[in-house]
Amino acid sequence: MNLKLKIWRQKNDSEKGRMVDYDVTDVSPDMSFLEMLDVLNQELIEKQEEPVAFDHDCREGICGTCSLYINGRAHGPQTKITACQLHMRSFNDGDTIYIEPWRAKAFPVVKDLIVDRTAFDRIQQAGGFISVNTSGNTQDANAIPIEKEHADKAFDAATCIGCGACVATCKNSSAMLFVGAKVSQFALLPQGQVEATDRVLNMVKQMDEEGFGNCTNTGACEVECPKGISLENIARMNQEYLKASLKG
Amino acid sequence: MALDSKIPKGPLAEKWTNHKNEINLVNPANKRLIDVIIVGTGLAGGSAAATLAELGYNVKAFCFQDSPRRAHSIAAQGGINAAKNYQGDGDSTYRLFYDTVKGGDYRSREANVYRLAEVSTNIIDQCVAQGVPFAREYGGLLDNRSFGGVLVSRTFYAKGQTGQQLLLGAYSAMNRQIGRGKIKMYTRHEMLDVVIVDGKARGIIARDLVTGEIERHSAHAVVLGTGGYGNAFYLSTYAMGSNVTAAWKAHKRGAFFANPCYTQIHPTCIPVSGDHQSKLTLMSESLRNDGRIWVPKHMKDVEAIRNGSLKPTQLAEEDRDYYLERRYPAFGNLVPRDVASRAAKERCDAGYGVNQTGEAVYLDFSAAIERYGKEQAHVKGLNENDNALVQKLGKEVIANKYGNLFQMYEKIVDQNPYETPMMIYPAVHYTMGGLWVDYNLMTTVPGLYAIGEANFSDHGANRLGASALMQGLADGYFVLPYTIGDYLAHDIRTGTIPTNSPEFDEAEKKVRNDIDKLVNNQGTKSVDHFHKRLGKIMWNKCGMARNAEDLKSAITEIAELRAEFYKDVYVPGTENEYNEELAKAGRVADFLELGELFAKDALEREESAGGHFREEYQTESGEALRKPEYQYVSAWEYKGQPSEAIHHKEQLTYENIEVKERSYK
Repeated sequence: MNLKLKIWRQKNDSEKGRMVDYDVTDVSPDMSFLEMLDVLNQELIEKQEEPVAFDHDCREGICGTCSLYINGRAHGPQTKITACQLHMRSFNDGDTIYIEPWRAKAFPVVKDLIVDRTAFDRIQQAGGFISVNTSGNTQDANAIPIEKEHADKAFDAATCIGCGACVATCKNSSAMLFVGAKVSQFALLPQGQVEATDRVLNMVKQMDEEGFGNCTNTGACEVECPKGISLENIARMNQEYLKASLKG
Repeated sequence: MALDSKIPKGPLAEKWTNHKNEINLVNPANKRLIDVIIVGTGLAGGSAAATLAELGYNVKAFCFQDSPRRAHSIAAQGGINAAKNYQGDGDSTYRLFYDTVKGGDYRSREANVYRLAEVSTNIIDQCVAQGVPFAREYGGLLDNRSFGGVLVSRTFYAKGQTGQQLLLGAYSAMNRQIGRGKIKMYTRHEMLDVVIVDGKARGIIARDLVTGEIERHSAHAVVLGTGGYGNAFYLSTYAMGSNVTAAWKAHKRGAFFANPCYTQIHPTCIPVSGDHQSKLTLMSESLRNDGRIWVPKHMKDVEAIRNGSLKPTQLAEEDRDYYLERRYPAFGNLVPRDVASRAAKERCDAGYGVNQTGEAVYLDFSAAIERYGKEQAHVKGLNENDNALVQKLGKEVIANKYGNLFQMYEKIVDQNPYETPMMIYPAVHYTMGGLWVDYNLMTTVPGLYAIGEANFSDHGANRLGASALMQGLADGYFVLPYTIGDYLAHDIRTGTIPTNSPEFDEAEKKVRNDIDKLVNNQGTKSVDHFHKRLGKIMWNKCGMARNAEDLKSAITEIAELRAEFYKDVYVPGTENEYNEELAKAGRVADFLELGELFAKDALEREESAGGHFREEYQTESGEALRKPEYQYVSAWEYKGQPSEAIHHKEQLTYENIEVKERSYK
């Protein structure tokens, strides 16, 4: 099939960007979306033009690197997948496809479709961990049984890939789903209880300082999250936050 | 130079404990005076960075990704082995050690493997303490499953996302230290050379991938946790950015490269669909717990399936060839990866492949769905003969165990694997070879360490499933932090290593020259053009089956391709900006050298062992034929060109295991 692409091009974070039109021909429906961009880039390179910069790495939906806003939706028209898992069979011959970077104040553009998501790392550094040193002498892994339901829910929260689709899709550019997922994972496990108070307070503080917006319960993040992280995690974070605030 | 593996004396089971008691320590106050550079933040690099920082060293960590959380360890699916014996099925440290040495086709170092088995249990304890949400049973205890090449259930897992959960555990431990200022993290940075001062590794030259700036970083020791080199094949299950550059630059600075030809070709990956393909996707080995592998028995059915007139689900049981169960009754579908891959190739080469390209076999879950469905119906007191109900319940169990993998398959292939068998074919997945290291994980360059997949040490000629995560974390959490102290104990009075020395000048100049050469080349072909051609040579001539003639022609072809690359590659843009093509060009240049050494190593090894299968050396039944005179590690010393590399041997001795024919029948 043949497609028209409208792609955001921006040299770096200080220069202005704009949409540029490209045509791609002979696209196979079995190609992934990123492979379609590879084809475009090879053509641009052959014409000695600059290829489109986009982030990608594992190409199997787990590293969280790819971050394309396709036709107004984070990771494109399908739900519960990343852009690298999107295949061209989701499009039709003659379609026009708009491709943009994540847009949020806390995610400045690096180049073209690449944004800087280090704000997410800084939030994790503020409290997204359990303070246990590596010793080899921690207690036996089976010393504390954990109710399967809690373990499974902690796992579901922990499957967040840190891609930023939640922020990109939220009208407030809120990172509450991302932060809520990490807070929830530890809140659901006995190992996470000791530092629960500081963790939620510090992570939320960092989230605010990075310039992410607040949550107004629209729920777009849950819909667009490639891992299907539930809004329940935001509720649990709010509960943890309230508990921590009351404790002082 | 004679290779000294520095294996401690004494009985196998006491070597590591005794060694830890005897090596030098650095006192906590002095650790503050010592800098360590760690390149790569996957399971090995990430866990090492966190642990060394906890101990008090000043760590500088580097990764080419935009965050340490994105290293390709994240994509490991199935699980991590540990000799916990929670299932009471006869597991022990010795048995994990034995399985690993046998699985590696008697080409790994006994002492290293025993240590790996020994610390495996600590890893699980550590990860649970960090909040890693492993799968649990209803009683609240940890669940296990089985992997290929073993007869016990010792694999801990988190659905099909075990690597992700373990990496996020290591990432969280790193974050704690980044927050404390003990790790300085450099993301989107690529290491382009190691700097050697007075014979010791004292720093690196790195390029900031966003600004293009070339930076000098010094330290008292340098650790490479930079993964494997499977992307030499272009198509593989590796991430797009995975590369050999850091390890190769180390090799060029004096680190020997060991067993480059030992490559793991994983049996269960989604088959290639066309020329546009950029990578291959793995379907976890854990699926072989419940999936049965088959092709049709009769050629007429193969043809009917290919032309669409017959569906695989319509083929009668007696017309199917469950070839692994037929050939290997004891291990069945759970034979090790090298054996399963070759068996798939054998059937497809014989013409029984089930898709258009003829390169696919079925992985079928219908029997498991029925078995689980009946079990659930029984548990719930429902009608076990109600087929629709049994199917529904069975699919729920399968979804619970492998849901994300099934979803991944459906998205790529556009077929529902709950209803029709998956199609799979082998793909390059892991490299057992890597930088040669001694028992302390130090390369032949003093102060330069290699951990995880980047070294060669633990998996011999074939790695067992769920052992990569084990080795990465063992090296990073529990081995390197001890052994590096022994070396650094001599550096407590050295002081900060200056970066204005002639050695740093020379290394930086070399890096700049290499970059200038690529940027100014003004050829006509893209980097990918050369990478794809290299991949084809590697796959066709150095892949699942190799022979002397092919390997010789591969050596010539790769050398010619390399010359053509330098003549005709075109890299757009400049060096002073984000330029992915430039980064790729540097990586492909290194693959073009490594590829030749790979073929040379495969040619030298006139035997079949594990993932290295030479057609000339096989048993009558087509199994790998090992030869006792090749019971050594090949370690190659760089001398200017891959063709001039000097071959060193480390003899392998087995004092605790009887070397036998490796049989899974």
